[in-house]
Amino acid sequence: MTLTVTDVKRIADLAYIEIDHGEAEAVLTQLTGIFNLIETMQSIDTSSVDPMSHAQSVTQRLRDDEVTETNQRESCQAIAPQVEAGLYLVPKVIE
Amino acid sequence: MQWEIVIGLEVHAQLSTQSKIFSGASTGYGALPNTQACVIDLALPGVLPVLNRGAVERAIKFGLSVGATINSPSIFARKNYFYPDLPKGYQISQYELPIVQGGIVLIQIEGGEKIIRLTRAHLEEDAGKSLHEDFHGMSGIDLNRAGTPLLEIVSEPDMRSSAEAVAYAKTLHSLVRWIGICDGNMQEGSFRCDANVSVRPCGQEKLGTRCEIKNLNSFRFLEKAIDYEARRQIDILEDGGVIRQETRLYDANKDETRTMRSKEDANDYRYFPDPDLLPLEISPLWIDQIRSSLPELPQIRKERYVSELSLPAYDATVLTNSREVGDYFESTVKLLPAQTKLCANWVMGEVMGQLNKEGIEISSCPIMPAQLAALLTRISDGTISGKAAKTVFESMWQGELGKDVDALIQAKGLKQISDDVALEGLIDQILSAHPQQVSDYRKGKEKAFNSLVGQIMKATQGKANPTQVHSILKNKLEQ
Repeated sequence: MTLTVTDVKRIADLAYIEIDHGEAEAVLTQLTGIFNLIETMQSIDTSSVDPMSHAQSVTQRLRDDEVTETNQRESCQAIAPQVEAGLYLVPKVIE
Repeated sequence: MQWEIVIGLEVHAQLSTQSKIFSGASTGYGALPNTQACVIDLALPGVLPVLNRGAVERAIKFGLSVGATINSPSIFARKNYFYPDLPKGYQISQYELPIVQGGIVLIQIEGGEKIIRLTRAHLEEDAGKSLHEDFHGMSGIDLNRAGTPLLEIVSEPDMRSSAEAVAYAKTLHSLVRWIGICDGNMQEGSFRCDANVSVRPCGQEKLGTRCEIKNLNSFRFLEKAIDYEARRQIDILEDGGVIRQETRLYDANKDETRTMRSKEDANDYRYFPDPDLLPLEISPLWIDQIRSSLPELPQIRKERYVSELSLPAYDATVLTNSREVGDYFESTVKLLPAQTKLCANWVMGEVMGQLNKEGIEISSCPIMPAQLAALLTRISDGTISGKAAKTVFESMWQGELGKDVDALIQAKGLKQISDDVALEGLIDQILSAHPQQVSDYRKGKEKAFNSLVGQIMKATQGKANPTQVHSILKNKLEQ
């Protein structure tokens, strides 16, 4: 798979990262390198290997369904830039 | 051209746990903003999710009740998108290896049953709520809902009309409540549907381009939104246009759907396994324990009502719509096993009718199954007529005389006249007072018979036992 500058700009867009054209070119070279590495790895036959979904071979611990958290709104909101009526205020997200 | 509508549904059922899926904050509805949003829900640095056993258990319950495969291991994935009510910048969901795979749901449609196949059902967390009212040009964020456990149930595109989609959604809705994994409260958003709708010329195999309609929170809106959307797509195609794949919103006030976002700017969620969560292993022993804790499922109970209680399929369906109604009926019929149809009629008719009228649930029904059975016993042993029983029922509902059936019958003088001698004497009087009808009947006018029955009922204020009246009258007229 060949990556283009357009792909890089789209990925940047999805990740909300602002990059200029020069940076995009540089990132393209780096990403292409990573893609080549992946291609090399994919040429290895792994059909007899179980897919690894986590770096450790342990399984998920579960907790009992109990309410253990108390209301910490005051301390949480103490570090928020802006709050009102118990709400966190953010720049308007709807047109 | 004849068009076929193709529908698949995604249903989000909020799981009825006390605490959130990855944190110990409460899931209670209606709390003051952000009082139930802990540091994990807020995604403060350094916090880690810990999975709630209750949420997993409910997902397994669902899987078992639709005959699905429970995947073990099952994997949690990050679904990446940016929105302020999602503080982590991703939603923890499942992508590959969802907890529930496959399964079927049987729906009741005109002329029989239909199988709707399920693709999958996966666990995920809900997002918070954004309030766009004016906060000095800003949006307000309430994260109480963030982290609430959801089970997203995805069907195959097996439905062919809005009626089928509604039947499917209702069946699921009743099932999740029946097995106790979701309260089903649609006003509070505990059960919401997204519909994927496409159309194709009848007979064509290839599916048309689909549009997804988001957040339908009532069965009526689901039906109307699908009907509108199918009509819209057919109109475009008949005018030679093409359907754009997009996400649409249903506007209930205008009864139309409109574009929310199109495929071109659709999110590319870049799913990947969440490194904060390990693969979820579910032991066969745990599955067995959950299986043995499941109640008798509605489908099984429905079949039993037909085969063992000889009820019509329609009655069996209505009585198994909710477990509470089914249990109420069952407790009644247990006391009156020879009168299954009479019990079914009264539960579906008087009881449900009165509950609907007063807008209350069967759990708050003022008449207990034993009291209903006592009343129905008096119909079946001929003490009172069905009509009189309705009067007694109303009085019981109001709590008169301690809801004592026999005391009410006595007090209201509703006891039927079932004494043959008394009835014969009375009927003789009526016959001699109405010679015209008697001779009409004897000349073959069947109607005269009913008129005479009417006279007898009038004379006894409706208390004469109708079956006896019929046979005595017939005997006398044919002498």
